Amino acid sequence: MALLAKEKDILVPGEEIAKGMDYIPGSGTYRDKDSVVCQRFGLLSLSGRTAHIIPLTGKYAPKKDDTIIGIVADVSFSGWRIDTNSAYSAMLNVKDATSEFVSKGADLTRFFKIGDIIFTKIFNVTSQKLIDLSMRGPELRKLEGGTIISVDPNKVPRLIGKNASMVTLMEGTGCRIYIGQNGLVWIKGEPDAEVRLIKIIKKVEEEAHTPGLTKKIEDYVNEIKKEAKKV
Amino acid sequence: MAFTRPDNRKVNDFRDIEAKAGIIKRADGSGYFRIGKTVAYAAVYGPRDLYPRFLQNPQKGILRCSYNMMPFSGSGERVRPGTNRRSREISHVTEKALLPVLDLTEFPNAVVDVFIELPQTDAGTRCAGICAASIALADAGIPMRDMVSAIAAGYIGGTALIDVSKEEEDYAGGMADIPIALLPRTGEITLLQMDGIMPKDQLKKAIMLAKEACKKIITVQQKALKEKYGRW
Repeated sequence: MALLAKEKDILVPGEEIAKGMDYIPGSGTYRDKDSVVCQRFGLLSLSGRTAHIIPLTGKYAPKKDDTIIGIVADVSFSGWRIDTNSAYSAMLNVKDATSEFVSKGADLTRFFKIGDIIFTKIFNVTSQKLIDLSMRGPELRKLEGGTIISVDPNKVPRLIGKNASMVTLMEGTGCRIYIGQNGLVWIKGEPDAEVRLIKIIKKVEEEAHTPGLTKKIEDYVNEIKKEAKKV
Repeated sequence: MAFTRPDNRKVNDFRDIEAKAGIIKRADGSGYFRIGKTVAYAAVYGPRDLYPRFLQNPQKGILRCSYNMMPFSGSGERVRPGTNRRSREISHVTEKALLPVLDLTEFPNAVVDVFIELPQTDAGTRCAGICAASIALADAGIPMRDMVSAIAAGYIGGTALIDVSKEEEDYAGGMADIPIALLPRTGEITLLQMDGIMPKDQLKKAIMLAKEACKKIITVQQKALKEKYGRW
């Protein structure tokens, strides 16, 4: 009958969200007899009659069509094994990595070698969590140099912002920035600009769950810019 | 021979408790739980790769718990550095107490590691460990049906009571010690051990007292998690 929590409330596993059949359990929730119960630590979101939990914490769960930043962990005969910052590593095959003809037994380190950072897309995840990657698509490339920062993967949508508003704000520091859905962020720019950007990213991560985030970050960016001018 | 508790608590009174979440920054999730002078820290890592491979389960992820009393944590023969029979057993029962609430089907071939460390002990350590681990698992974002709360009940001098301290545990007149872990919302019991002899009706009473106590403990655990993100 009744909703026991409000939208955007922080809920913990085992807390009842609603009683009666008026609400439907969505992601992060389950039905126990006549009540909808929270299954993950996160914020409640209601879309019509469906209750979802937007997780606040947790490791990255690989999903199809996510663009991620991966680190080459191993080179094999037919491709590369990529560390994805999740519980599972991924496979990038030669045929998905380049349109060039690569003969059998060729040295694949010509393309990527161990430790290289790539911006890549997940094109398949099996039930056993075997992940296939592809480099075919706009923006997908090897990232040369730069710095890698890791953030909470659940806060990546905040870091991008509505219509990439937050990214535009962060590009104001003069750095190039790539954000992977898996919580890795690659930045490249002047050393002190990079330091400023890292500060901003950490600030977004800290305040990710508070309302009026864009405004807060705008103020913070201006503050940092002022400080930089003083020095 | 009426037994009076050394600190004059009532049978259904537990020592003061305190809980925190997210205190170990490098862990994927962490919890702190203190009951009286017993202090437990729990850190969760994972889901992550599991090796050796023969341990992997392609159906769902596995849970691995480790319980450790630190060498300086108390007195008596229990506290020795390193693993021993007792700590292995408690690691095992902790795992069994937490597993029923976890949904690890999303993590085939992976492992969730829980490390419980006790820097200071005054009885009721496995229960404090389970409470801390439960906070840590929720903080790590692992899907779970409910949070687990635990408390050590006891039977001393003819009365059933809860939250036995070390002093009471060493009572010369003999006692029974009953650690209980349960899901306060539904009342399902996930851990029930008994060491000692006691009448059946007193055991039932002890379980009832523990159920009531856990209902209070769970609110402290929930508050700890929510306080991590503050109110606004």
